[in-house]
Amino acid sequence: MSQPFRTEKGGRIDRTAELTFTFDGEEMHGYAGDTLASALLANGVHLVGRSFKYHRPRGILTAGSEEPNALVGVYRNGDQTPNIRATQVELYQGLQVISQNRFPSLGFDIGAVNDLLSPLFPAGFYYKTFMWPKAFWDRVYEPIIRSAAGLGKPPKNPDHDTYGNLYAHCDVLIAGSGPSGLAAALAAAETGASVILCDEQAEFGGSLLSENSATIDGKDPAVWVSETVARLEAMDNVTLLRRTTAFGYFAYNFVALAERVTEHLPDPDPRLPRERLWQVRAKEVVIAAGAIERPMVFPENDRPGILLADAGRTYLNRYGVKVGHRVLVATACDTAWQAAFDLADHGVDVVAIADLRESPPESLVAIAAARGIRVETGCVVTGTLGRNRIRAALLGRLMTSGKVASGGQVDCDALLMSGGWTPTVSLFSQSRGKVVWDSEAGAFVPGTSVQKERSTGAANGLYGLQATLADGYAAGEGAARAATGKSATISHSRATGGEAGNGGILGALPHDRNAARVKAFVDFQNDVTAKDVKLAVREGMQSIEHIKRYTTTGMATDQGRLSNMNALQIASGALEKPLTDVGLTTFRQPFTPTTFGLFAGVSRGDFFDPVRKTPSHDWVVDHGGLFEDVGQWKRAWYFPKDGEDMHAAVERECRIVRKSVGLFDASTLGKIEVVGPDAAEFLERMYTNPWKKLAPGRCRYGLLLNDAGYITDDGVIGRLADDRFHVTTTTGGAPSVFATMEDYLQTEWPDLDVWITSTTDQYAVAAIQGPKAREVIAPFIEGIDLSAEALPHMSVREATFCGIPCRLFRISFTGELGFEINVPRRHGKMMWDTLAGEIEKHDGTAYGTEAMHVLRAEKGYIIVGQDTDGTVTPQDAGMSWAIGKKKFDFVGKRGLERPDLKAENRKQLVGLLTRDPKVKLEEGAQVTRLEQPPIGTPAEGHVTSSYFSPALERTIALAVVKNGHALVGQTLYVPMPEGSIPVEVTGTVFYDKEGARLNV
Amino acid sequence: MLLIYCPYCEIERAETEFHCGGEAHIARPSDPEKATDDDWVEFLYMRSNTKGIAAERWRHIHGCGRFFNAVRDTVSDKFLTFYKAGDPRPDLEALAREAGK
Amino acid sequence: MKRYSFLELAKNAFSAHQNWGRQWRAPEPKAEYDVVIVGAGGHGLATAYYLAREHGIRNVAVIEKGWLGGGNTGRNTTIVRSNYLWEESAALYNHAIGLWQNLSQELNYNVMYSARGVMMLAHTVHDVQVSQRHIHANRLAGVQNEWLTPEEAKEYCPPLNISRNIRYPVVGAALQRVGGTARHDAVAWGYARGADDLGVDIIQNCAVTGIRRGQDGSVEGVETAKGFIKAKKVGVVAAGHTSVVMEMAGVRLPLESFPLQALVSEPVKPAFPCVVMSNTIHAYISQSDKGELVIGAGTDQFVSYSQAGGLHITNHTIDAICELFPHFRRMRMLRNWGGIVDTTPDRSPILSKTPVPGLYVNCGWGTGGFKATPGSGHVFAHTIAKDEPHPINAPFTIDRFRTGRLIDEAAAAAVAH
Repeated sequence: MSQPFRTEKGGRIDRTAELTFTFDGEEMHGYAGDTLASALLANGVHLVGRSFKYHRPRGILTAGSEEPNALVGVYRNGDQTPNIRATQVELYQGLQVISQNRFPSLGFDIGAVNDLLSPLFPAGFYYKTFMWPKAFWDRVYEPIIRSAAGLGKPPKNPDHDTYGNLYAHCDVLIAGSGPSGLAAALAAAETGASVILCDEQAEFGGSLLSENSATIDGKDPAVWVSETVARLEAMDNVTLLRRTTAFGYFAYNFVALAERVTEHLPDPDPRLPRERLWQVRAKEVVIAAGAIERPMVFPENDRPGILLADAGRTYLNRYGVKVGHRVLVATACDTAWQAAFDLADHGVDVVAIADLRESPPESLVAIAAARGIRVETGCVVTGTLGRNRIRAALLGRLMTSGKVASGGQVDCDALLMSGGWTPTVSLFSQSRGKVVWDSEAGAFVPGTSVQKERSTGAANGLYGLQATLADGYAAGEGAARAATGKSATISHSRATGGEAGNGGILGALPHDRNAARVKAFVDFQNDVTAKDVKLAVREGMQSIEHIKRYTTTGMATDQGRLSNMNALQIASGALEKPLTDVGLTTFRQPFTPTTFGLFAGVSRGDFFDPVRKTPSHDWVVDHGGLFEDVGQWKRAWYFPKDGEDMHAAVERECRIVRKSVGLFDASTLGKIEVVGPDAAEFLERMYTNPWKKLAPGRCRYGLLLNDAGYITDDGVIGRLADDRFHVTTTTGGAPSVFATMEDYLQTEWPDLDVWITSTTDQYAVAAIQGPKAREVIAPFIEGIDLSAEALPHMSVREATFCGIPCRLFRISFTGELGFEINVPRRHGKMMWDTLAGEIEKHDGTAYGTEAMHVLRAEKGYIIVGQDTDGTVTPQDAGMSWAIGKKKFDFVGKRGLERPDLKAENRKQLVGLLTRDPKVKLEEGAQVTRLEQPPIGTPAEGHVTSSYFSPALERTIALAVVKNGHALVGQTLYVPMPEGSIPVEVTGTVFYDKEGARLNV
Repeated sequence: MLLIYCPYCEIERAETEFHCGGEAHIARPSDPEKATDDDWVEFLYMRSNTKGIAAERWRHIHGCGRFFNAVRDTVSDKFLTFYKAGDPRPDLEALAREAGK
Repeated sequence: MKRYSFLELAKNAFSAHQNWGRQWRAPEPKAEYDVVIVGAGGHGLATAYYLAREHGIRNVAVIEKGWLGGGNTGRNTTIVRSNYLWEESAALYNHAIGLWQNLSQELNYNVMYSARGVMMLAHTVHDVQVSQRHIHANRLAGVQNEWLTPEEAKEYCPPLNISRNIRYPVVGAALQRVGGTARHDAVAWGYARGADDLGVDIIQNCAVTGIRRGQDGSVEGVETAKGFIKAKKVGVVAAGHTSVVMEMAGVRLPLESFPLQALVSEPVKPAFPCVVMSNTIHAYISQSDKGELVIGAGTDQFVSYSQAGGLHITNHTIDAICELFPHFRRMRMLRNWGGIVDTTPDRSPILSKTPVPGLYVNCGWGTGGFKATPGSGHVFAHTIAKDEPHPINAPFTIDRFRTGRLIDEAAAAAVAH
């Protein structure tokens, strides 16, 4: 099939495996081993995208992950992924790609009008306008700005793919597999150290895969790569990760890697994750991230067909693709000359090499002459022509005056440029190391290591194949020795050729055009030009961070990897300050954009957060019960029958509990076993209540404060023996109460001889509440006397339930005769099923949390966290009785003495009865003194609990109200949008105030 | 994610096994009757919030469950030492000098 | 000051934008000022602006260790809302909302205040109770906030997953329509330009190294990298570094500074019409006018000045985002960064005089200071100018921690953003 820009031979593609793909619906062909970018170029397609702001036509600029222009949308099985770099997409059969940020088509984009209007849109223009008329901002200006912004279209459907996650430890992690990375891996691995080598590309080898003018140990570099990789693959202590980007370097040598597992496969195994997150704790890290080439900043340097020189060389040597038929090479450094030579050797017409320097090396000039390539020295590109692809370039001659004289026009269909090289210091910078300026390399290079890390090769500002290879060996050996103390002697391969070049330029190039009018791009994707940077400086932006934010340079999806150095140089010139004084912005994770799904991993649906189920869970499901999420627990909420709504079901459940009996799963309540000679003393200090005189076999309600004096938890505590207590807590409070107890015990009162153990998960708890509760449990309980005399309210006994040892509490959270039976968790289902069967015989019912809430509210029992909110004291809650007055100390005692906690006018817990017994207040509604309070009136308090009470045949509510205890009998108001509701302040106990029903 | 050494288990483990308990060596006044409001606010809320070398409490919550103390540079997040609860506060200045701070 | 407008922009287009003036000067510090503000973040710059504009105190310096707007102002997720629970808080944040509405016009700088609505999700019965309490309290206080059913929430924010089958289904939401976002940099720059125009000196790259106090204990000025600067009044607005600066004056505060992370996705076409927050599953998200999804993560558990947080914190946040918005699983994170947030025990700020005469402090905004910027600056300027608090910030004292008169947003609502 026609791939007009494919070379006759060469490259690492498989010419026997032709693949079909579509770009904007047009079918094209490429080969296995192509990237989307190389395949498009082979088809002569340079126009691939549109820029962010001016919608200028853009082509493929690079061959790597720093690509700013060629971003596309990839479609697959109904999933759509925006902003994918064409340079990173491996071609597969049937790949579907669309271009972005254009309408109606890539070739003709209405948004390109922005380019014509660009004089109105300099850096930061939006801060200066769109303020009048004010009402237009929300309705007109902002929607327009927003729809113009953005690149690709967001995914439309929930992602079908899965993502994996694993943790790994290793002695040496090596990021990057070019010459230095491979050498480092080999050197480290040979010592026996455990090594992880990762590279973002599909193949290991980095620059070696496109290097054909050098040899290693006399071999083609690519052959050396495959031999080396084979050696590493054969070693058990080496993990090789292709298509894996080290994207984040965190504290303590914790490095995050993103492995792309299936994206390159035409028909991946559905069991495989799309990507996999590796969280690696490495003893030592070797950063072998290489260097990237820098664009030259000349007018119209952004046209499709303009590429970085090394990218041109990579497409040629690695992918067998010519970037054009007539190619101009513009450079300021030696390395780009090799691209010209390689192209010429493949029969491409290299129209000229335009080198900025007056005298490039004689040796290069001689090679060019031998190939008949025109060489222009002291020459810059001053502009380019062409609409959707470059068709000619303007040359300019540098004069000794510093001015530029026109040097004519050369026709070309591609331009390769090189402003020199920038070491990739992103990971080093993420490790929190500070870069230092290396004037010889003309670049920022890694300074002192802050973590256990070393940069090697080009990432360290070192060039030339032999030098990087040797540096890699040294880095690998050093890292292994530092990690394991071991070393090994291995023979080092030697390279010839691939010498380090000289030269390089930073900043905007001189030209003979109107500098105020032309666009010389610094940040391609975000359309930031040299004059934008100068404008920012003119407007007073002095810090590079301000310049970056004002112009948005370096904020595009390449995160400034291509643009930072040029922007810095331009800013330095405009500020008239040395480059090193301007400062460098910080590189942040991720190194390249990283899929959200990767971070989320398997955490979705039920795996988002563990689900805690009680023993009755399946029974509840079988009996149509609904669940309520309480923390991680699923608690039975209510059990609708025969089309009942919640109200009807809850009302029925409440009535049955008061009339006969109800069964409730209380397993979620926190349980803590407090044991030891000082157990009573410990509780004495933790809880407000006195504990020392509580007799074994008896229970007491315990109130827990924090040391500020506010209620944080409560629960019934039973004394099983002199030295053993069974403490219960609220469901939500269980972990924090336990942690608080440990904290005080270990750090404040280490003198106490007490052990505490969380037993929440060890016991299943069934609450049987109601007048017939005793009859329900009696058949199953052995070993104790259940009579009221032998087992009064607030007692605890050890007994057996169906022969299983249990702890039986006689307690009540409903105001009825009640028992709570604790059996080992594994017997919980048996207990539940047994009791559920039994209550049916007594016309009883299972009830859920909602009925539980109503029943307890009728009795004025508080729910910590609902009737209290972290600002309520025991006095506020009307629970002064729970405070042991004679105690020397308890947690919160001193806090309660602070002025505001004793002040007048505190909000106090009261009952509220609406004048109309059918009107139910909304929980959270505010309470006021005035019937029609004007806006801004401070509330007297709010409704904390509100229900229809079946026992009272009316609504009831609890509320906290300023000075509420003194207002009993008075009328207040609950103002609602529909009108104010008058309420009478009452006590908090609505039902069976004497507690007669408890003591039966 | 930090890497933390538990002086009871004598092992290094990832931060997610631990819970930070805030500034170390804040003693709860032993006699609440004698503590003034100012003493109490100092105990409850006032914190040095040190930028630099500071002692803090950690609990090996998914391990042995013990509280212990650590000295950390809050700028670099590097730990300088770990010690058991009840051990005296180390000489922070000496530790800082040792760490080259 | 040359006023900004479309006309001015067009005029300058003809001269290729060569004639724009500086937005603010880069002055050397004078020997003495009436007021020195320590910290050129949004709050500090706003304070200086209102001192000059509302109180006629123009001999003011704002001293900044780094570059203006470079701390939490430039690192936050730009959410603006005022639907706080307690009357004191609602008054403070609503005061700010009032100022936000006209801020672009007031400053002649487009701060891109976008009233896109802030929706706070409820996932449990307890969440509903808390949300309803907020809504009722807000209504009484005159703060806009309303309840939405899951279907209404979905209509307001189509990407929201309201399936009953997710781990924590959305059972409703509280919506504040006047809430939204603004461009954080523009807020700092707009106040800087405005303050500078009124004569305020903004001195960047000048660390304060000491606070000098006289015989009577009152403030005499600040020691800085550029020498001693005399001032009878010093306002400290140093966010995460407040404890460090206040220690120079011997004042201890109930503050702890934690790393807080945020992140953005790659830019995409409009995909998200509002701000969504969930305290229960710890996520908040909006889309910037550039097209990036802006996502706030949680704080690390330990005090740190590193401006860097752990990966596990980020993972947890993205878990939550992907659970609520499963479309976004294929989106990609572009940039992740950290700030240092100074938090108080009750999660409410301190805007107060201090025990040191002439020394004032504005701190403790925790994870949510950006939204208050105009209001905070406005009342803090009043406090400094009059040496007594504005009625709105009168409750936000340091002393409340001693007396127990907390403004405890944390107690009632778990996390405050």
